[in-house]
Amino acid sequence: MNLYEYQAKRLFAEYGIPIPSGDVARTPEEAMAIAEKYDGKVVVKSQVHIGGRGKAGGVKLAKTVAEAGEHAEAIIGLDIKGHITHMVLVDQLAPGGIEKEFYLAVLIDRAEKKPMMMASAEGGMDIEQVAHDTPEKIFKVHIDPAVGFKMHQATYLASGMGLDKSLWKQFGKLTSNLYNCFVSSDASLAEINPLVITGEGELMAVDGKVSIDDSAMYRQPKLAEMADDSIAPESEQRAKEAGLSFIQLDGNIGCMVNGAGLAMTSMDIIKLFGGEPANFLDIGGGANAAKVQTALEIILSDPKVKAVLINIFGGITRGDEVAKGIVGALEKIDTDVPMILRLAGTNAKEGLEILADANLPTAETLSDAATKAIEAAKG
Amino acid sequence: MSILVNKDTRLVVQGMTGSQGMFHSERMLEYGTNIVAGVTPGKGGATALEKPIYNTVREAVEQEGANTSLIYVPARFAADAIFEAADAGVEFIVCITEHIPVMDMLKVRNYIDKKGVRLLGPNCPGLITPGECKVGIIPGNIVTPGPIGVVSKSGTLTYEVVFALTYRGMGQSTCVGIGGDPINGTNFIDVLQLFEEDDQTEQIILMGEIGGNDEEKAAAYIKDHISKPVTAFIAGATAPPGRTMGHAGAIVEGDSGTAEGKNEALRAAGVKVARHPEEIVDLILG
Repeated sequence: MNLYEYQAKRLFAEYGIPIPSGDVARTPEEAMAIAEKYDGKVVVKSQVHIGGRGKAGGVKLAKTVAEAGEHAEAIIGLDIKGHITHMVLVDQLAPGGIEKEFYLAVLIDRAEKKPMMMASAEGGMDIEQVAHDTPEKIFKVHIDPAVGFKMHQATYLASGMGLDKSLWKQFGKLTSNLYNCFVSSDASLAEINPLVITGEGELMAVDGKVSIDDSAMYRQPKLAEMADDSIAPESEQRAKEAGLSFIQLDGNIGCMVNGAGLAMTSMDIIKLFGGEPANFLDIGGGANAAKVQTALEIILSDPKVKAVLINIFGGITRGDEVAKGIVGALEKIDTDVPMILRLAGTNAKEGLEILADANLPTAETLSDAATKAIEAAKG
Repeated sequence: MSILVNKDTRLVVQGMTGSQGMFHSERMLEYGTNIVAGVTPGKGGATALEKPIYNTVREAVEQEGANTSLIYVPARFAADAIFEAADAGVEFIVCITEHIPVMDMLKVRNYIDKKGVRLLGPNCPGLITPGECKVGIIPGNIVTPGPIGVVSKSGTLTYEVVFALTYRGMGQSTCVGIGGDPINGTNFIDVLQLFEEDDQTEQIILMGEIGGNDEEKAAAYIKDHISKPVTAFIAGATAPPGRTMGHAGAIVEGDSGTAEGKNEALRAAGVKVARHPEEIVDLILG
């Protein structure tokens, strides 16, 4: 789950990381009321879960309250790469201006199996670009999760990126706080870009990005409340509630598969054979009849779907359970969309008998199933 | 021969008395796996499927000589279960549980590395040495003994390919599902190395998916260290960027982690790359 910038920065503040004063607004009037507190000297920023806001016109500086209102007017409703802006953050400009910008982040290094803190003097830039063009300008330390972040690591980063010595103590505290925030929040990324030195000589996080591990939500109730499901399509919200992994795509062949790898593969093979998948749907391990029924209802709620490919290879998931779910769902759903079914693995034989009794078409292999689904979708 | 599990495996099942634990323990016993004990805290002294249940893994190791542990414990207790197995002295731990928080797995991985214990998973289907031993949930009826070593990030995709192999008369030495979590135990390179050293294994199948760079690293390893023919398939060529495709680790971010990039790296290492799972078998038959 990704936090909005304002949520990320408020989380930073809870861990003692300085952030600008400000608040979020959903209307130009609200934005002006906030700007008034800062004499109109604010930055108005689109709150969307996507990068590249500045280039898209989603971040604008204001000198007066009226200007802040105009900017909010322009940004609210703005479409940034398919993400509609419903909210803006109105932040006071950094006191005394911005002297210098840095990049600072903690993330999980999958290769090293450790959290890693990265810092660079190339703040405000696209860090992937910096990593590609001038990797020597990025300084990295790996953190042993049993030991935690140590001050010598902060010193290495600070000296590497050329931070003035007078700020090392402040930087040490800030990095240590950021690491605590990362671990305590079950984050997979906590990024400050840019981290600035204000005209008053203070370090401040003027932008923030935080991603939280979905598997840890059960122990992060405060963060779970921050999730904004309203931005996902209705079908994806419903799938999430049912515990299904679902992603809406643009094609016309609905897919219901167990297991993420096989679900991706089923999409790939449909595309390879000349069809277009309508979705990614992993019903997960141990899917029961009720779950299968919900999955089918979600797939069929998309009017573009002209055929459904159901590919279940039983391990934890039992073929007979899935077959019962399909038969039960089809009794309740009034549809003439053709279904192509394939069952194999645990209890597949029992499942196939249930499907045969219900006169449902089956396929033996995945390529056979994909070919039949593509044919069926053509009508 | 085979790798990791065989007739000498003495298995303890952590979480055996739960519904999934019972269902799959029964399948494993049917297959001939030597389950020596189950562990469920608070149920010590009971029996399940005619096997003794202990409160701790330590007792199962001391009383029954368990050398391998299989974990079916719910996600919020699973990391603790792995620590317990590692401390109890089993040599090999297989964790089926999905949705273990990454922060927990970071601690687990760094701990077991120092201990020198091997972990497979989490969020994996386990492994099977056809005709000898099944540890986990890979269906026993789709495998058959033979010369092909299979290693995969995905559970059901593994079944798909193994099914296709068996269907066309090609048996397997061992099939290993390493799981698709961002932080896990045994990786492609570990298994490739074991297959290279295994006499029974003549060819290797590697199945990866989008996200991370495990496949690229495996490709580099194959180029320098693997003499046996390798055939590969990468799932997720059609996945949209920035969306996690079911497995926490399966996400294309920017230009990194794409199926195309992985396929190119594998081809450059002399690996035959299939476009869909059934084609793997065609490529092996040549």
